[in-house]
Amino acid sequence: MDDSILSNVYILGGIAFVAATVLYLVSKKFAVRTDEMVIKIAEALPQANCGACGKAGCADFATACARSDESSFANLYCPVGGAAVMQKIASLKGYAATDRAPSVAVLRCQGSCKNAPIKVEYDAVSSCRIANRISSGQSGCPDGCLHLGDCVKACKFGALSLNKETGMPEVDTRKCVSCGACVKVCPRGLFEIRKQSQAGGMVYVACRNKQKGAVARKNCSKACIGCMKCSKINEVIKVENNLSYIPPELDADTFGKDLAENCPTGAIIYKERIHD
Amino acid sequence: MIKKFTFPMGGIHLAKHKVTTDCPTVVADIPEFVSIPIKQHIGSPAKIMVSKGDKVRVGTLLADADGIVSADVHSSVSGEVTKIEDLPGASGYEEKMITIKVEGDSWEEDIDRSEDVEKEINLTPEEIIAKIRSAGIVGMGGAGYPTPIKTTIPEGKKANILIVNGIECEPFLTADDRLMVEKAEQIIMGARVLNRALGIQNAVIAIDENKPRAIEILTALSKLYVGVNVKICKTKYPQGGEKQLIKAITGQELPLGKLPIDIGCIVQNVGTVFAVYEAVLKNKPLFERVVTVSGDGCKHPGNYLVRIGTPISSLIEQSGGLDENVHKIVMGGPMMGNAVVNLSAPVTKTTSGILLLQDGEFTKKEASSCIRCGKCALACPAGLRPFAIKQAVSFNDTVEHMRKLHAGDCIECGCCAFVCPANIPLLDYCKIAKQEIRKK
Repeated sequence: MDDSILSNVYILGGIAFVAATVLYLVSKKFAVRTDEMVIKIAEALPQANCGACGKAGCADFATACARSDESSFANLYCPVGGAAVMQKIASLKGYAATDRAPSVAVLRCQGSCKNAPIKVEYDAVSSCRIANRISSGQSGCPDGCLHLGDCVKACKFGALSLNKETGMPEVDTRKCVSCGACVKVCPRGLFEIRKQSQAGGMVYVACRNKQKGAVARKNCSKACIGCMKCSKINEVIKVENNLSYIPPELDADTFGKDLAENCPTGAIIYKERIHD
Repeated sequence: MIKKFTFPMGGIHLAKHKVTTDCPTVVADIPEFVSIPIKQHIGSPAKIMVSKGDKVRVGTLLADADGIVSADVHSSVSGEVTKIEDLPGASGYEEKMITIKVEGDSWEEDIDRSEDVEKEINLTPEEIIAKIRSAGIVGMGGAGYPTPIKTTIPEGKKANILIVNGIECEPFLTADDRLMVEKAEQIIMGARVLNRALGIQNAVIAIDENKPRAIEILTALSKLYVGVNVKICKTKYPQGGEKQLIKAITGQELPLGKLPIDIGCIVQNVGTVFAVYEAVLKNKPLFERVVTVSGDGCKHPGNYLVRIGTPISSLIEQSGGLDENVHKIVMGGPMMGNAVVNLSAPVTKTTSGILLLQDGEFTKKEASSCIRCGKCALACPAGLRPFAIKQAVSFNDTVEHMRKLHAGDCIECGCCAFVCPANIPLLDYCKIAKQEIRKK
């Protein structure tokens, strides 16, 4: 009785020892050598894996940082971590930290239930992707917000919410890390990641409608009608296909107020400070 | 007993609602303005040949086919071109349209307007196809695929059978039914013209059993002509689908990703065949078609012979107008048609019906969760698993996965969404999956 238990212990113990030795040797022999720098940089990153930097994820970004030289490092930036994280990585690498103006996602549409009244009812699947395929939408504007909130579902940082009263998604500028998920998911391309000005302000055209002025105004009171007034204030602003676009390099602090006041429909939005 | 043909897999039985079966086709009023889209077909938009201020007559060429997969567009009225610009279509999205202000009704001289049925075909196949091309004929069943491409047999292939699709399996619609009753001889002549163009002597007119008058008239007439036969199909949706019809008539399965011509079949809608007859033997381009205006919200349902470009609102006005009970307006059939967003949108070459539907039977119901009963898979005539496709789309799966589910072979018949006990709009998901596959 005792003998059989002991013999079992010896046999199994022996097998365990041999297997452990083999495993140990194999793990030494086939160990994957990781650059220590990559591990250190990865630890400094926010690990959101959102893809906002343009890489596949945080690990990919860390590898790219570790392999970069001084000039290519300047092109790498983690918008989620921002300046603080980039400073950390730069000190690990011994390079100068890249600094970028903080940016935020903006919705280029003001077609709320009040500005663009609902003309037809939509009763199919509650998804912008599907609604965009079926028709031009409840208000009739073929380029406006569909109020179904694909962007809200896509935002991993809880920065977007659907305002029940207006039907429009709203950006919480403090939570927005400008990862660009909403830009990709919106079937009508209404979101844009825009840089803030020096004083933390911003000016942009909150309309994407390319119809002629009269047609656009029929559907929405805040539509851009392509009147060219803004392009007379500053020549950088281009009006194409009845739609104005303010390039991000335009100084919002200098021209913003003037542009917003002169826009006859109120399509241009100027905010002195983004974080109100 | 006469043998009735049908397809074996899937399909559903729908309420017919064909209230307009006995309404003779009425010539619709010509409106003050018509807007004719330059793209009413699959393929590239036609090149505009007129400019603002030009005087046109009925049948004048407005836009010329751009490339092979395209179709000519002709004027449906006489008058003056007032606008060439983007206007919202039935979906609300803008399309390039030519707007004409109507003045009188003067036709191009070479159009034969007599009622006599031409019975002499002295043209070569090439001449016939050239005539079909210059008449701008496209598939009038709904897809709008240019007919000359279908009639030109690619090298190395051989046509065995021409199937004339007179099924019209969608509820409400009776446009094809009326055409078969009223223009039976012309349709048979059209089938003979196509037979000649294809170099065969074998045309089958397929009619489903709920059209007894059309069956009676066409069967009697077809006995007088060689190479034209009538076959009766069971009433089942979607019997009128190309793949389903080929399976029913010839017993052959159309392989995935193949065209009907690969197995020797050509399928043409009766509306198309009638247009071919008019184009080849009467020199009349495609500028008018039969449209059924019906639905439970329609006061005076009927069949109308409508000029292309007539606004939908004008047709609704002629059939009694709108009242507040109408909940939804659909262009096409209730199963495959699209909701109309803009009533000033024009009737096009592919519009088979305008339906005014009330709140109730046709309203979309609140969707609940999938209980995996598999009814959609049983009903699918293409043999797909719509519930799996829906899951793939809502979970944002890869395109490879959707391709594995053969979402690209969906014929968009809507049987899955119709039978779903959870009211899930499965068809919408299948359409998205199809779109994703096509994008890649």
